Amino acid sequence: MIEFLKKLFGQSGSSATAKERLRLVLMTDHLELAPELIEAMKRDLVDVISRHVEVDRDKIEVNFERQDSALAMLANIPILSVNRPNPSLTLVPVPEPVASVQPPVAANGAPPNAAPPRVRKRRKRTSKKAAGTNAAPASATPASAAAN
Amino acid sequence: MSARKIVLTSGKGGVGKTTTTANLGATLAKRGQRVILIDADIGLRNLDLVLGLEKRIVFDLVEVAEGRCQLRQALIKDKRFESLSILPAAQTREKEAITAAQFSAIVELAAEQADYVLIDCPAGIETGFRNAVAGASEAIVVTTPEVSAIRDADRVVGKIADEGKPIRLIVNRLRPEMVRSGDMLSVEDVCEVLAIELLGVVPDDEEVIDTTNRGEPIVLNESNRLAAIYDKIARRLEGEIVPFTNFDGQSFFGRLIDALKAG
Repeated sequence: MIEFLKKLFGQSGSSATAKERLRLVLMTDHLELAPELIEAMKRDLVDVISRHVEVDRDKIEVNFERQDSALAMLANIPILSVNRPNPSLTLVPVPEPVASVQPPVAANGAPPNAAPPRVRKRRKRTSKKAAGTNAAPASATPASAAAN
Repeated sequence: MSARKIVLTSGKGGVGKTTTTANLGATLAKRGQRVILIDADIGLRNLDLVLGLEKRIVFDLVEVAEGRCQLRQALIKDKRFESLSILPAAQTREKEAITAAQFSAIVELAAEQADYVLIDCPAGIETGFRNAVAGASEAIVVTTPEVSAIRDADRVVGKIADEGKPIRLIVNRLRPEMVRSGDMLSVEDVCEVLAIELLGVVPDDEEVIDTTNRGEPIVLNESNRLAAIYDKIARRLEGEIVPFTNFDGQSFFGRLIDALKAG
């Protein structure tokens, strides 16, 4: 009976699933087809972040993965030091890609090890691990590289 | 005036490229156009077999490219249609036996003596595909309403679009009753995903298997509904505005009937 009703209201089949899966896979395919686009995005992203902190350009990783029903861009950008006039805040070396061992300085009362807030609804988003040294203000502004 | 040079391609194999090429070519010929079909699938030639012309092959595409014979010697005239001939692929050679420049030169030569040159592209996106596309000035992408076929179609669409050639879509083997019950992607879905202009929709028809067994294009049988459908596609190709048959009308009443039948 349920099958009957489903058929009656046109919701029984797998075509909606097929369409959704295709939409996602093609999105990934198109991104994979354009490595130069990813490079350009990476460059722009780094340029913006570099205005505030010094980053390790050689160790930047940009990946795409599926999260829920959307595609997420994940950028891992190791921060070398903070470009600030205040001498007490400069040159805080960050070990390697993931910096979870930083002094809880918390410039503006942000909790230590503050990961950038994750914006759930955004289709593509950036999360920076390795951010969250005492450069809390910089790391709290995730570069929203909304490449379509 | 030189001919239209159109490649029929799909990325994925087995979606009906060769059958579509044969039937569309035959339909255009029935409409009085001079048509040359070129089988670009070197090593896996099949267009001759689908059209029942396999016994009449003397020379092939590679032999023309190598200058062993003239194009006109290699062309096989289909006696059932006034103005249809095919250039068969070589069966015992490889895709690399011919260059894109050689292939394009042969297409140009064929174009001088035809109104339409249809190129049956091999599956895949390698040398054979590149050669076939290089020779054409426009493309028809053939796909079925299945995820794998559509993904591959999207890939070739991207490649052809990079060359700036116009692309149109034929959705092949549609099963309207499955679309109505929500078990198959609709033509609208496919068009939305691929975002290219629709040229035609060919419903699935078991008779195609039967006529292919005999080496006859299905459009020979005027009483088959596909003859009318291919005629519409040919007219659209010629520039006429022909309304599309609505295969996936989703009326409540239609679904009720389907549900009762299935239930």
